[in-house]
Amino acid sequence: MLRIAKLPIAVFTVLIIIFPWVAREISAISHYTDIMVFAGIYCLITIGLSLLMGYAGQISIGHAAFFGIGAYVSAILTVRYGLNPWPCMLIGMIVTAVVAILVGTPSLKLKGHYLAMATLAFGVIIYIIFNEEVEWTGGPDGMPGIPGLSLFGFEFDSVVRYFYLVWGFVFAAFIFTINVIQSGTGRALRAIHASEPAASAMGVDISRFKIMVFVYSAILASLAGSLYAHYLNFINPSTFDLFFSIKLLIMIALGGMHNIWGAIIGAGLITFLSYEWLYYFEELEVVVYGAILLIVTIFLPHGLVGVPGIIRSWFRS
Amino acid sequence: MTDPFNCMPKICEGGVFAILTFLIQYRQMETITLESQLFQYLITGVTVGSTYAIVAIGFNIIYGVTEIINFAQGEFVMLGGLIMVSFHVALGLPLILAFLATVTLVTLVGMLLDRLAIRPIRRPSVLTLIIATIAASIIIKGAAMLIWGKDFFDLPAFSGRNPITVLGAVIQPQYLWVIGFLIIIVVILTIFFNKTIIGKAMSACADNADAASLAGINVKRMILLSFALSAGIGAVAGITVTPISLMEYDRGAMLAVKGFGAAVLGGLGSFPGAVIGGLIIGTIESFGTGLIHSGYKDAFALIVLMVVLFIKPSGLLGSVEISKFKRF
Repeated sequence: MLRIAKLPIAVFTVLIIIFPWVAREISAISHYTDIMVFAGIYCLITIGLSLLMGYAGQISIGHAAFFGIGAYVSAILTVRYGLNPWPCMLIGMIVTAVVAILVGTPSLKLKGHYLAMATLAFGVIIYIIFNEEVEWTGGPDGMPGIPGLSLFGFEFDSVVRYFYLVWGFVFAAFIFTINVIQSGTGRALRAIHASEPAASAMGVDISRFKIMVFVYSAILASLAGSLYAHYLNFINPSTFDLFFSIKLLIMIALGGMHNIWGAIIGAGLITFLSYEWLYYFEELEVVVYGAILLIVTIFLPHGLVGVPGIIRSWFRS
Repeated sequence: MTDPFNCMPKICEGGVFAILTFLIQYRQMETITLESQLFQYLITGVTVGSTYAIVAIGFNIIYGVTEIINFAQGEFVMLGGLIMVSFHVALGLPLILAFLATVTLVTLVGMLLDRLAIRPIRRPSVLTLIIATIAASIIIKGAAMLIWGKDFFDLPAFSGRNPITVLGAVIQPQYLWVIGFLIIIVVILTIFFNKTIIGKAMSACADNADAASLAGINVKRMILLSFALSAGIGAVAGITVTPISLMEYDRGAMLAVKGFGAAVLGGLGSFPGAVIGGLIIGTIESFGTGLIHSGYKDAFALIVLMVVLFIKPSGLLGSVEISKFKRF
C-alpha cells in the first residue's frame, strides 16, 4: 500500500482527458461530462478525507462545513464585494484553514465516538449559521449570481472547459497526496492509525500530524466548495447539511477508505448514483444510501478496492 | 440536491415555539412580568430537557453494555411519535393500547437494529460501528419518509390542552406527562439494574464483558436486550413529546445529537448524569431561544456539547477512569 503504481495513474489520466470527447460522441451519455465535473469536485474532498480517515484513522462527520465555508467565502466576496474569484478562492482556503485549526486542535484530542460527535456538531452549527446569517449568506434562499471563472482572458464558461479545470485540480491534489502518503509523513500517519502510544514512543508528534492532515483535508474541501460555487453560480445552505457529510462518508466507505483510489472510485460512483441513477428511486433514495453504507460496512470492510483481494483469496482457497 | 437530513428549525418545530405563540396571545390579555417569563422558559426547558434526558439514558444503556454510541437513537423517538399517531389517531386505538403497541413495535425495531446492523459486523472497530449505526439511522429515516411522508403529525394531548397557569407561566398538562414519564423511567431502570438478575447481568457486561461471559452471562443476549430497552424508552419519549412539538420523519438526527450532548455533559455511562445533562441542555436551549436568538435554537445544545467535549469530556458525573479504560 505504500508504493502506488504509476501505470494506473497514467491510464486514469488518459481516460479523464479523453472522457469529454467520448461522451460528446455518444448522445446517451453526453451529459455525463457535466456530472463528472461534480464527481471531480467531490473527489477533491474525498481525497483529503481518505488521508484523514483511512490513513490517519481520524473520523470526521463535519466536512460539509469546510466545503460550505469555501463556497460561501467565494460567493460572498465575489457577489457582495465584486472581487476577482481567484484570490477569493485563496482567502476561502485560508479562512477554512484557520477554522480547521481552531476546531481541530481541541477536537483531535478526542477519539472515536467523541471525535465523531464533535465534528458532527461543528458541521451542524456551521450549517445553522449559513441559514441564519441572512445578511451575509442570503439565508435558506441562497445566493444567486456567483460569477464564473476565467484566467488571463480565457473563460471557463463551457462544461468541457470547467471539466478540465476541476480535474486538473483533482490531479494535482491526487499527486500531492500520493507524495504525502509515500513520505515520512505518510508513515507517521499510518503509525498513528495503528497505535498512538507506539507512534508517540517512536517520536511521532501525534497531535501535530493529526492537525496537519485535518487542515489539509479541510483546505481541499474549501477549494472544492469554491469550484462548486463558481460552477453552479448559485449556492444555498441545504447543499452543506449533515446529510452531505454522511454522503462523503458513504463515498469513502464504498470506495475503500484505506486506499487513495477508493476515494476517487467512491466519489465517482456516488455522484453518478445521486445525479443520474437514483433518479429512478425518487423517495427511496435515502434508504438506498443507507443500504449501500450498511452492506459495505458488513461485507466489504475495505470497500470496492478490496474486492480484487477478496476474489484472489477465494481462488487460493 | 435533496436535503433529507435537514436540521433547519422549522416553523412549528419544538415546544419552545408553541410556548412563544402562547406568550404572545397571553401578552394581549395580561401583562407578563420578567420573572414569570423566565419561569416560563425554565418550565419549557425542563420539559424539552426531559426528552433529551430519556434519549441520553438510551445512549447510556447501549453504551454501557457494548461501548457503542448508537447514532440511530433519535430515530426511536421519531418512530415512537409517528407509530403512535398511526395507532391512536389513524386506527383509533385507545390511548393505553396504542401506547403499549407502539412501544412494543419500536422495541422490535431496536432488536432488528442489533441483529441486522451490529451483530453481522465481523471485526467491529469504533469506526465501522459508527458507520453502521449511521447507516441504520438513515435507513429508518428513509423508511419513515416513505410511510408517513414529510408532513408534521399531531397527537391529542393525554389529558387535554387546557393550560394551567402557575406564577404567571403557562403549563400544558402534557408537560407534566413528559416529566412524569422521565421520573417513571428513571425509577423503573434503577430497580431493574439494581434488583433484578437480568439487570445485574447487564451491569456486569458493562463493567467487564469478558468476565461476565466467563460467569455464564450470555453477552450477545444482553446486547440485544440493551438495544430493545433503549428503543423502548426512546419510543416513550417520542410518544409523550409529540402532542407538544409535533413529529416528522427527520427529527431523529437532531434529537440524537442533543441527547448525546446531554449524556456527555452528565458523563457518558452515568444515569443520574444523563438526567442532569438533559435538563441542563433543555434549559439552556429554552433560555437561549427566548433571550438570545430563536433562529439558533438547535445550535445551543451543540455548542454546549462541543464545549464539554473540549474542556471536560468525562462530563459532570462521569469518572475519568471510565473514559480512559474504555476501549477507544
